Amino acid sequence: MGSNGHHIIPFDVYIKIFAALIVLTVITVAAAQVDFGAMNVVIAMAIASVKAGLVLAFFMHLKYDDKLYAVMFGTGIFFLVVLYLFCFLDIHSRIPVSNPL
Amino acid sequence: MSIANTAPKPYYHAHHYDSDEHEYNTSKLGTWTFLITEILMFGGLFVGYILFHSKYPEMFHAGSKFLDWKMGALNTVVLIFSSLTMALSIYYAQKNQRGKMLVNLYITLACGAIFMIVKYLEYSHKIHMGTLPEKFFHYTGPEATEFSNLAMYFGFYFTMTGLHGSHVLAGMGLITWLIIRAHRGEFDSKYYTPLECVGLFWHLVDLIWIYLFPLLYLVG
Repeated sequence: MGSNGHHIIPFDVYIKIFAALIVLTVITVAAAQVDFGAMNVVIAMAIASVKAGLVLAFFMHLKYDDKLYAVMFGTGIFFLVVLYLFCFLDIHSRIPVSNPL
Repeated sequence: MSIANTAPKPYYHAHHYDSDEHEYNTSKLGTWTFLITEILMFGGLFVGYILFHSKYPEMFHAGSKFLDWKMGALNTVVLIFSSLTMALSIYYAQKNQRGKMLVNLYITLACGAIFMIVKYLEYSHKIHMGTLPEKFFHYTGPEATEFSNLAMYFGFYFTMTGLHGSHVLAGMGLITWLIIRAHRGEFDSKYYTPLECVGLFWHLVDLIWIYLFPLLYLVG
């Protein structure tokens, strides 16, 4: 605990998170050398999301902070997913037009 | 410029807050609200990228071949390292080790500069090649004949990395402001709210690059 009661994440936790992020970056590059077809994007986004989770939880202190901040962040992501789903439905449910502009 | 001789400047919270803690939490709440608007701004571009990528996968793949993944990987490592040093500067502020706090802020600023230099090298190469968005596109290689809408990929590339790069520049400006205030001896374990809030912004910039790198350079 700091002098004002804020949680202080230990130094070696920061170093371990940094090491994990570098390892995951290497895995991202290595996975891109193999062709998984349509799964390429999914795999890359899954690894990126693990990295993002580590940055959010430790570097941005969400794991130790008031859960209010995590809920706010989750709300933003939720509406981003809503945006994606509606755009996805629109783009992929269109019928071909005879006069494409 | 030494901080050793500077007496700590006592900080009292602004009069419209009940306590230091009240001010700290309000500042953080405001910062997180701002970060969500940032996520939704970049999010629109990500949604556009993913949808058009699913419509023209071969064209996006051809476009990504113009990018050097080694440059992107270097910038990824630089930004992740700068995120570590940014977090450590807050750690040392919490521990009242102001010298190490300043060193970590300087390293973070230097990493931002390295990122922008690599970005400059990549941009100048593409401007030279003529692989630019829409009407500025004047590349005439075989890929341009195979994919008539190749310029769309570079529209996404320059918009997304350009918006991200402008955030790195803004972050560097904010970190410079932190360094000036840190030299004045304004931050310690009792008051480091600006470090915390700029730190959150800097980590978000890193977070966005974590998604941009595989999307633009690797998956294509």
